[in-house]
Amino acid sequence: MKSNKFIKLLSAPYIVWAVGFIIIPLIMVFYYGLSNRDKQFTFEYVLSIAKPEHFKSLYLALLLALVSTIVCILLAYPLALILSGLKSKNEHLVVFIFILPMWMNFLLRTYAWMTLLENNGVINSILNFLHLPNIQIINTPAAIVFGMVYNFLPFMILPLYNSINKIDKNVLNAARDLGANYFQTLFRVIIPLSVPGIISGITMVFVPSLTTFVVSEMLGGGKILLIGNVIEQEFTQNSNWYQGSGLSIVLMLFIIISMVITNIYDKDGEGNTL
Amino acid sequence: MIKFLKRFYAVLILLFLYLPMITLVVLSFNSSKSRAKWGGFSFIWYRNLFHDSEIMKVLLTTLLVAFVSAVVACFIGTIAAIGMNKMKPFTRSALMGVTNIPMLNADIVTGISLMLLFLILKDKFGFRFGIVSILLSHITFNIPYVILSVMPRIKKMNPSNYEAALDLGATPVYAFFKVILPDIWPGVLSGFLMAFTMSLDDFIITYFTKGSGVDTLSTKIYAMVKKGVNPEMYALSTLIFVSVLILLILINTLPSGGKSKKAEK
Repeated sequence: MKSNKFIKLLSAPYIVWAVGFIIIPLIMVFYYGLSNRDKQFTFEYVLSIAKPEHFKSLYLALLLALVSTIVCILLAYPLALILSGLKSKNEHLVVFIFILPMWMNFLLRTYAWMTLLENNGVINSILNFLHLPNIQIINTPAAIVFGMVYNFLPFMILPLYNSINKIDKNVLNAARDLGANYFQTLFRVIIPLSVPGIISGITMVFVPSLTTFVVSEMLGGGKILLIGNVIEQEFTQNSNWYQGSGLSIVLMLFIIISMVITNIYDKDGEGNTL
Repeated sequence: MIKFLKRFYAVLILLFLYLPMITLVVLSFNSSKSRAKWGGFSFIWYRNLFHDSEIMKVLLTTLLVAFVSAVVACFIGTIAAIGMNKMKPFTRSALMGVTNIPMLNADIVTGISLMLLFLILKDKFGFRFGIVSILLSHITFNIPYVILSVMPRIKKMNPSNYEAALDLGATPVYAFFKVILPDIWPGVLSGFLMAFTMSLDDFIITYFTKGSGVDTLSTKIYAMVKKGVNPEMYALSTLIFVSVLILLILINTLPSGGKSKKAEK
């Protein structure tokens, strides 16, 4: 049993690290979020979410994150179905192709979308050339949703693909044998069995969409403030750590809520590891 | 017909995902600095890139941070995972819960929490923001990826091998290097590659913890966005994209690689 003691000691550096760089920093967010400049305990900054300008940014962030999550599901589900129908030989390669974009700097990719979507950008030039009406999407909430869908779509594709692929083919054959048509099989068998994938896809798209400040800054033209932008500005421009931390606590509440929902549906945590 | 529709849909999504990449590659060969005009084909940005000491310095910082943070995270994460395997279930799941925090929490919250820590260290102990604070942050968010990719390997390992080595007179350290490490090596390697890419791609956490004067590629690009990005960046990103492609082919050909890939946020 002496050997076990030695082995357990191997975790010690990480435990020290986790306390120092994960737990203490989080405690500090709570400390600053729940106190004011005079070091008094207060809920003032957390409750300041009710102020119209903060509430509006939270509401908009929730709304845009919700819309982009729904769009992601609608786009990714048919694709995951198509991918899972492929012969197993190419399957690695195909999934690989859909993950690959995630490895190019996402700021540059979003910047490329700015170039493409601008009012006199590439897409509008092509539309002009074809004598079609122009799109004016840049600097609107729609452009932000577009950017979110673009950036986070792979996070939806992968868990969906994994969970659909895991479904026993015999179950599908049984459904067919028992007389279900394609859509009945889809809605009664495939979709219910892929719920863990849907749920983990939702958290993986919803949380980063809800908390981003980069996409909204770049495609929203800096005029549309989401809760992430407000927090970022409190820290970098106003240097008001108390206000920024207070709003971060609110943000974490929403993340915890979405994690709780994930855990209810995804008990074995399969969907989380891609 | 249905097969055609399926193909068409997949290609459409693919086009959506790759359009910005194509744009960047095309712009990297554009001799005009403007994003809207095509000035003719040229390698000028590639040539300028290698003479641009500023961008080269940023690239070096980025690669250095990614490499060092991945190595340190691999070391701490691997030995941690080995130790955690022998813990009581309660302690282990508590530690796993903590490990999940940086992966599930929003990057912006992780970033500001570390920034607050460094600000206090600066006030109390004269800690300086810079490459060290970036490294500490990157190691912090990299360790969980290493643990998650090494853990399945350790669970599959036969514990009797290690005990047999001890019974045969090996010291624990010797047995670790000769018995445990070779068994879990593929997991360590894919953890390393994942940590490296996570670090390379991170913007938000670096943004909050870098302080002034030091930049990684991401923060540099972000700073450029308002004034217009230097086309040398397109050239650089095209080169990086090609390298990452090669890197990914390597991961995918390694046994067990790519299994434990949790996508970055």
